[in-house]
Amino acid sequence: MTPADDTTLHASKGTIRVLQLYPRDMNIYGDWGNALVLRQRLLWHGYTPELLEYNVGDDFPEDVDLIVGGGGQDSGQVVIQDDLQARGEQLRGMAEDGTPMLVICGLYQLFGKFFKTKSGPVIPGIGILDVETVGTDERLIGNVTLTSPEFGEIMGYENHSGQTSLGPGVEPLGTVSKGAGNNSKDNHEGARHRNVVASYLHGSLLPKNPAIADFLIRTAVERKYGTFVPGTPDDDFARLAREHAARRPR
Amino acid sequence: MFSFTVPLGKLVRAVSRLRGGGSALPGLVVEKIDPGFMQRTLSSLPHGVAVVSGTNGKTTTTKMVVELLESQGLKVFTNRTGSNFTRGVAAALLGEVDWRGRLDADVAVLELDEAHAVHFVNKVPPRYCLLLNVLRDQLDRFGEIDTTALLLQRIAERTTGTVVLNREDPRVARIAGAVSDPEVLYFGLDESLRSTFPNDDDMRAAAPETSPRGEVPASPAADVVLRRVGTDDADFEFDGTRVSTHMKLRGVYNIFNAAAALVLARSITGASGRPGDAAKLVKALSEVAPAFGRGESLTVDGQPLELVLVKNPSGFRLGLKSFPAKGYASMIAINDNYADGRDMSWLWDVEFESLREDGVEVLSGVRAYDMALRLQYDEVRFGSVDTDIPAALAEFIRGSAGKPKRVFCTYTAMLAIRRELSKITTVEVVS
Repeated sequence: MTPADDTTLHASKGTIRVLQLYPRDMNIYGDWGNALVLRQRLLWHGYTPELLEYNVGDDFPEDVDLIVGGGGQDSGQVVIQDDLQARGEQLRGMAEDGTPMLVICGLYQLFGKFFKTKSGPVIPGIGILDVETVGTDERLIGNVTLTSPEFGEIMGYENHSGQTSLGPGVEPLGTVSKGAGNNSKDNHEGARHRNVVASYLHGSLLPKNPAIADFLIRTAVERKYGTFVPGTPDDDFARLAREHAARRPR
Repeated sequence: MFSFTVPLGKLVRAVSRLRGGGSALPGLVVEKIDPGFMQRTLSSLPHGVAVVSGTNGKTTTTKMVVELLESQGLKVFTNRTGSNFTRGVAAALLGEVDWRGRLDADVAVLELDEAHAVHFVNKVPPRYCLLLNVLRDQLDRFGEIDTTALLLQRIAERTTGTVVLNREDPRVARIAGAVSDPEVLYFGLDESLRSTFPNDDDMRAAAPETSPRGEVPASPAADVVLRRVGTDDADFEFDGTRVSTHMKLRGVYNIFNAAAALVLARSITGASGRPGDAAKLVKALSEVAPAFGRGESLTVDGQPLELVLVKNPSGFRLGLKSFPAKGYASMIAINDNYADGRDMSWLWDVEFESLREDGVEVLSGVRAYDMALRLQYDEVRFGSVDTDIPAALAEFIRGSAGKPKRVFCTYTAMLAIRRELSKITTVEVVS
């Protein structure tokens, strides 16, 4: 773990500790973008971000306010699976307690009950989310747009061959209008449970979807300090990037 | 044996050229009417076929290998038009064979995209292959980099003579364990240069020696090692001797690929029983000019304008590192057409801090606003944003008069920029 910033010098309404889960092995397709957006928006809202990393075998940091985890190749999922199981109870406890978390693609799958890989072996998940994933020969690839009751229109890019089905214990993040989402049948994308947001979307997800970033930040700040006093980030370029992304082909 | 394949294919080629059409159609026609044409023609070459593949640097490396071999007096057939797929090779062959289907060449050096290379080697087992690297690129097509590494392994498995591998890329070096018959040679980097070549695993990771992945094999000896890179020169070591040479090529990654080209060229000439003339090889290497859009420099309004092709995170990072921003006006043009890759996530795996001091004058391309958003989060200043490339380029040239300029661009953005530039300056025609 590395407290990575000189930003502690800024005048601050408080400090939020953001933990990246397994950035060494589960980090592909711009997952760093999500951590970067949380760090910068915390600053723009007037809070001090402290970026932490947790990798296989590390001591788990204390007092984590927000967790972000990314995707990986199948080999990355194999590397982390034992360590993740050992941390399962702790992470489940944090999720049930309301810690805001964002998990993308590979860690979305492993936050579920299991991932039955295409080649046969079943990688157990940690069961924070009532979802099951099965590897297939079909790769779902391309631009995605979905509509979420909480966050409005969400945009990103999917690239996965695991297909996920949701159980009754979770809600989908939203309904897909372009692209596939969780699987090739159900027309929904991602999963929501407590303050956990899970999604297949890269893009990276948070830069073009600041509403989700601000939900995670607001939740973390409110849990720690009672109230969230937002700043005024300039989201003009996010809006323009969304407008142009929406016009692109699948 | 006289067949109708060649005359017919040549006719299609001539007609499709008249139409200004693409380079692959005649190849397709030949593939349909005479599937054995390519295999038959290439297998007649005395030094056989060498395949160059990998994510980054295929075009420049292939160009280097060709020029190195030509310096040794060999006649080389290559797929110069950048048609780096099987039909492109068949089409290029049609242009070179005589009417009886004979190819006047000693050796073929072919640049092939990873997936197409597998298709190709299943038809024509190469005598040599050179595997450069496995980096994230166009994952839309191949899925994962581990999958891409497997594609390269297939190429090595079909190779009959010599497999040349990048010792510093773990996914490539590992392929040595998968081949039994062919000889394995490596190109490598001096210890002091390794940190300038981040692989995708290192991007956000701790120092590699703390990796729990285990089995870091003892580093094998490399046939050619790049020891040092200067601003316009480099040191290579081979046969126990360190040689300093001037280089026209810019960018450490291009110069590392020069070491790769040297290994392959030495191997091919060595097999002829008269080992290559080292002095001539090094001289030829020093004279290789950058390929199409790979750091090539044009002149606009009396000032240099460099085009740097960026197509994946490692390439963009290396581009920023190899071409420092100081003193240059910069433009970035990002498209997301099929040939560029549609996923924009890769921009978030590149750090742009090095542009903070001088800023970026103009952003363009279909995804100009994704780039703007990316720079906003890295706190890099930028001027105008215009998705229309011709307008943005005109603005860039007008607004930065009197300064050397540099454009970082994705593949299709580069094509658009070259098209515009050809109206105002001389741009080399490559096909």
